[in-house]
Amino acid sequence: MSRIKEIIEETGAFDCVECGKCTSLCPVAKRNKDFAPRLIVVKAQEGMEEEIKSDKDIWSCITCEICNDMCPYEVDFSGFIQRMRGEAKDSGNLPSCSQAGAVHTMERMTGMGQKQKRLAWLTDDLKVKDKGDVFYFTGCVYQLGILYNDRAPELKQVPANVVRILNAAGIEPVVSDKEVCCGHDLLWSGDEESFEKLMEQNIKVIKETGAKTVVFACAEGYRTFDMDYKDFFGDLGFEVKHISEYVLDLVNQGKLQLSAEGSKVTYHDSCRLGRHMGVYEEPRDLIKATGANLVEMSSNKEKAICCGVNAFVSCGEVSKRMQLDRLLEAKETGAEAMLTFCPKCLIHYNCLLSSDKKPPELDGLNLKVRDGSNFVAERLKGGGKSS
Amino acid sequence: MTGFEPQIVAFCCNWCSYAGADLAGVSRFQYPPTARIIRIMCSGRLEPQFVLKAFELGADGVLVAGCHLGECHYISGNERAKERVARTKELLDVLGVDSRRLRLEWISASEGIKFAKTMDEFTKQLIEMGPSPLKGEA
Repeated sequence: MSRIKEIIEETGAFDCVECGKCTSLCPVAKRNKDFAPRLIVVKAQEGMEEEIKSDKDIWSCITCEICNDMCPYEVDFSGFIQRMRGEAKDSGNLPSCSQAGAVHTMERMTGMGQKQKRLAWLTDDLKVKDKGDVFYFTGCVYQLGILYNDRAPELKQVPANVVRILNAAGIEPVVSDKEVCCGHDLLWSGDEESFEKLMEQNIKVIKETGAKTVVFACAEGYRTFDMDYKDFFGDLGFEVKHISEYVLDLVNQGKLQLSAEGSKVTYHDSCRLGRHMGVYEEPRDLIKATGANLVEMSSNKEKAICCGVNAFVSCGEVSKRMQLDRLLEAKETGAEAMLTFCPKCLIHYNCLLSSDKKPPELDGLNLKVRDGSNFVAERLKGGGKSS
Repeated sequence: MTGFEPQIVAFCCNWCSYAGADLAGVSRFQYPPTARIIRIMCSGRLEPQFVLKAFELGADGVLVAGCHLGECHYISGNERAKERVARTKELLDVLGVDSRRLRLEWISASEGIKFAKTMDEFTKQLIEMGPSPLKGEA
């Protein structure tokens, strides 16, 4: 039968009982009256394929998965959107991408067969290997740090700091300049073909190093490997770990010492790490292990407000309002910094914070939105150094 | 590498460099026909994506040309271009595209000769460097 039937089957959209919980909780539907997750699923059930494909609002969803999480019948709404986007793109309904799509092009460019200088951040004091058990997948965080140098320059420090943390625990990770982007943003903006190309290259590169564990400091890369790559390949032949889980283990085993320092911080659950992957406690425990005083925002964990943009698609008024809401929550806590493990969240919040058109509600706000790995690296006892 | 003719995408600002290119043509200055000129209203209109896309589609070089600093018709657009080009160059190097393939020049409307000379130099440089690594097997 038609492709849309297949998508409905596989994402469980037939199970929808039109209870409307998704729409009532959807942060986009709250502000964009034309968008309703329930309506899209109902249209799909009624076979209105053309209408969904040509609907501009197929790009409005931020795939934050509040709907998936709350749906009593476990409809995979974000999966449905993700796959319908491929169909929409093929029929000429294109997304409006931030920075004219620079990130998407950059991601595709990593996989065009040239010799990259992906390890430009690697300095002499960092110990890494070509082959070994632990592979650190850097992803595109360094490139994003260059591209968004005006908003989130600290992203450029992330890869070096992650290696510093691992080195301090006596681990020399494998890093590779043959690695390509994980393809997350391409997958979620309807370019499955490029995604698959990148995925195959990454699996090949990692397998060649003989790694048993692959560590991610990026929530999106972690999700993409653990869910999307596994969808295609089944077992990958190596274990996938988020930096917070991996480093917390090292701390608990006494292999890594962090200095006790009592700064007051709050933690932002990025949708990929939180709702998609269900990792809520490890990042919190790791932040607490640095001696920081962790305070919670009013909506946290499963109910965390999203940063408002996904895959650099459809950034607009709705996104800005969500960012404002989240920053106001952070302001309320009185924390000095809001930490997150997602480079995209970091870019999006800092985009609003550094904007000329910053809303007056944020005047006088002295809050920094920071990357969790950088934060931890700065609190290493002995071996570590800040940026 | 005989017979390699580089393909250059040139982004020229409307007020200075595009007029400079026009002057080069009207004055019949000779320069290699390697550039496809795209007119933008100001060099500050240039986004990193324009450059990335050009390389993705197989350009061997990208030229960005605008008014001299201090002479931008929109006051500071070319300052912005300068910053963006610097950022894009850094990114290109990491991506494995030699950043010398991206060139920024200030060419005024009266500098037809400079436009022709720039094209000449840039073409020679790219012939020396060979085709873009993104052209892959082709």
